[in-house]
Amino acid sequence: MSEFTPDKTLDAKGLKCPMPVVKTSKEIKSISVGGVLEVLATDPGSMADITAWTKSTGNELLKADREDSIFKFYIRRVK
Amino acid sequence: MGEDNQKCTIIVFSGDMDKVFAAFIIATTAAAMGMETTMFFTFWGLKAIQKGNVTGKGFFGRMLGLMNRGGIDRLGPSRFNFFGLGRWMFKKMMRDQNVTSLPEMLQMAIDLDVKMLACLMSMDVMEIGKEDLIDEVDDVVGAATMLAEAQQSKVQYFI
Repeated sequence: MSEFTPDKTLDAKGLKCPMPVVKTSKEIKSISVGGVLEVLATDPGSMADITAWTKSTGNELLKADREDSIFKFYIRRVK
Repeated sequence: MGEDNQKCTIIVFSGDMDKVFAAFIIATTAAAMGMETTMFFTFWGLKAIQKGNVTGKGFFGRMLGLMNRGGIDRLGPSRFNFFGLGRWMFKKMMRDQNVTSLPEMLQMAIDLDVKMLACLMSMDVMEIGKEDLIDEVDDVVGAATMLAEAQQSKVQYFI
């Protein structure tokens, strides 16, 4: 079980750069400020890219996790 | 997203599939990162925002329109095109790798509100009219408009 309850889950599995980031930026707008978006991705580049994206946009990366070949991100919408 | 928002300006000079690809990857990602992004299409780059009809009025313009047909799905790679075989091969290889296609990238950029500007001077030279460009093009402008955008952009590319 995860310690964050996501308001929404974005399945970006199978997508290559830059789609996980582009889709994340779209999806984060669909949840309210303070809400948590869960992103699932298989692109190994997403670990660095989602982290960079959160830093650049000011959203909070609560947790970045890897389960087998799937990367899981929990992002809190800050603004 | 606030006033600390950075701008990004990309000049798309090339009409090669691979280079236009790079331009759209940067544009969509920049927009996703909250940057106000502008793409300025000039010379061969105009092909990426053309509808794909044959253009040109005079003899040379018509020749150019026939031999250099626009449309984002028609772009060939800068190397190994081999009269379209390379384009087909790259498209297949990208599809196999689940890479987003160029027409989808263009649509994505439009959805992300990337500003699309076309260069008036090269349109005149190549006899490409506003009606030959896709409707999503925001404006047909000159170098000064692009530079005014670039002046406010920390991130700039010439591709």
